[in-house]
Amino acid sequence: MYSLLANLRPGARGHVAAVDWDRMSLPEGRRLRELGLIEGANVELLHRGSLFLKDPLAVRVGRTTIIIRLAHAAAISIAEGAAA
Amino acid sequence: MTVATPMVALVGNPNSGKSSLFNALTGARQKIGNYPGVTVERKSGRAVLSDGRPLEMVDLPGSYSLTPASPDEEVTRAVVTGHQQGERRLDAMIVVLDASNLDQHLPFALELIAVGTPVVVALNMIDMATRDGLELDAARLSADLGVPVIPTVAVRGRGLIELIAALEAVLDGARHRIVEPPEHGPEADRKLRKQAAIIARAATVGEPPERRWTQRIDAVLMHPILGFAILLAILFVMFQAVFAWSATPADAIDVGIGTLGQYLGNAMPDNWLRSMIVDGVIAGVGAVVVFLPQILVLFLFILVLEATGYLTRAAFLMDGIMAKVGLSGRGFIPLLSSFACAIPGIMATRAISDPKDRLTTILIAPLMTCSARLPVYAIIIAAFIPARSVGPGIGLQGLVLFILYLTGIVGALAAAYVLRRTVTKGASAGLIMEMPRYQWPRLQDVALGLWQRAWIFLKRAGTIIFFSTMLLWALLSFPKPPAGSDVSPVRYSLAGRIADNLVAPIVEPIGFNKDIALALIPAMAAREVAVSALGTVYAINAGDDDEQAARALGPKLAADWSLATALAFLAWFVFAPQCISTIAVTRRETNSWRWPALMVGYLFTLAYVFAGATYWIATALGLS
Repeated sequence: MYSLLANLRPGARGHVAAVDWDRMSLPEGRRLRELGLIEGANVELLHRGSLFLKDPLAVRVGRTTIIIRLAHAAAISIAEGAAA
Repeated sequence: MTVATPMVALVGNPNSGKSSLFNALTGARQKIGNYPGVTVERKSGRAVLSDGRPLEMVDLPGSYSLTPASPDEEVTRAVVTGHQQGERRLDAMIVVLDASNLDQHLPFALELIAVGTPVVVALNMIDMATRDGLELDAARLSADLGVPVIPTVAVRGRGLIELIAALEAVLDGARHRIVEPPEHGPEADRKLRKQAAIIARAATVGEPPERRWTQRIDAVLMHPILGFAILLAILFVMFQAVFAWSATPADAIDVGIGTLGQYLGNAMPDNWLRSMIVDGVIAGVGAVVVFLPQILVLFLFILVLEATGYLTRAAFLMDGIMAKVGLSGRGFIPLLSSFACAIPGIMATRAISDPKDRLTTILIAPLMTCSARLPVYAIIIAAFIPARSVGPGIGLQGLVLFILYLTGIVGALAAAYVLRRTVTKGASAGLIMEMPRYQWPRLQDVALGLWQRAWIFLKRAGTIIFFSTMLLWALLSFPKPPAGSDVSPVRYSLAGRIADNLVAPIVEPIGFNKDIALALIPAMAAREVAVSALGTVYAINAGDDDEQAARALGPKLAADWSLATALAFLAWFVFAPQCISTIAVTRRETNSWRWPALMVGYLFTLAYVFAGATYWIATALGLS
């Protein structure tokens, strides 16, 4: 079962199954990788936006937490369960 | 080993505690400057080796890798590889790692070690890792990395002696060759991270299940509704403090400057030099220095909130709203600072990585109601708006002041929306940020940061305002009217003639009389100067006591101006970029005259249109 990070609810966990790096600029993709968001990383969606807006997302990646926009989260496929 | 002072750089990820380590190693002996041609801060300081030899140390901007994604990271790469203009070749590097975050910080360390410059690794914040139950094997890490690894706790000064000793050992080595680091694609990144993960796992003896207390705090502070309400409450307290805590020191500075002016006025013979020093330099520079207490209180809050890690949460909460007009949450802090003064606000935009996002934030920063507008608003509101209640607990005067603040914010958002679709058009700025863990701020770091900001503000604003006030003073003082003439000296001066012949015809359609036109010219130095300028024009001689002058000025204005004119005057100051320092700082931070010119142009246009609309609507409604 795969779903996009952009569509998850707060509290949902899984691991990164695939990232469509072409949907973001080179530096943006690199920054995400530098922050540990690569295929196989364990993730948990912690928070979504404020007030009535659902953007941006706060995502736990490994031992760090990062903030990303919905547009980038839509390029990240998440599989259920922890990575092997 | 050469005789020259060894040059050592501190390099590491953001949030690795690098700056605290730098402060601990160099103490208050720091120099802050700029790298040539870019708006990246250069921080350097001196440390001493165990034998007393001095050591020059630079604190490089926090970076994630040697493949640059921002001007900051470009400088880091250039210094590390020895290509930075004006920077000496490094003799060694201290690579700073967050001990609790090895997986994340090791890839950059591996890249740095591969460059070939001697490296010592500081395994920093080891106490936090231990507190979380993480057990690390520094010797194993050192063996795997092939460089010395020293556990440190920068905020408690632990491990510093060992770090310096290790540095001494690598400094005595032979001259090294620099290997140009390759640019990284997804494949190379993956390999590097895998290597880092293997090393991190080997060095980790015991890893407990994560402690979740940070997440429990975040559940409250980042809650979509509750978190937002807390953010507003913090801002409310901050603004209260900015005005309440600064009142006494600001008054003291005001009195001090007044006394100094009076003393010199009495001590010097009555000539142009006295006028230049007392009316020009002391009054003009004093007008800016008076804002220092407010700026210090504001920065105290910002530095403490930043050190705790809260500011990133604030950026998260505000990002959704700011994205709607093409900005990002990173712009929140600069805009917030601009409520005290646009100068530190514009300087704070350096943290925004996207250049178009940053430029837009700079261009709209002057629309945030800075504290220099308050004296202007206060005197006009007191003179023209009756102090009556319009509802339970809502006074009409307060309501007008609130509307003025609100107009500025709405104007800024609208301006950002338009700018992002025209002159600063570009892909919507992304937002990728790392959320730091919560931490107690360290008193020494906050104090040092406060001192440095204060100094930068005084130096930049001080020099600019010094020269601009000299120019304005000359314009307002020369030529002198012939003896026996009943024309006021101000009217007769060059500024008076410019006001009467050039400015007055332009502002007449928006309801401004010749006196206002004349006051607008000195108010270019700083907005609040409009008050004292009006005082001069209306020939009120109340000495140096502003309050007395204001009390006398109010009734005169009320008698002389229509309500429509007064409202138009308020509307004008919501938008008008009447602050030479802001314009100069914008020139400095954007490295061109193009952007300050655009800023001045669009803001004066808005000021003219809105003041005009206010005047004509008010006149049509019969408010005279």
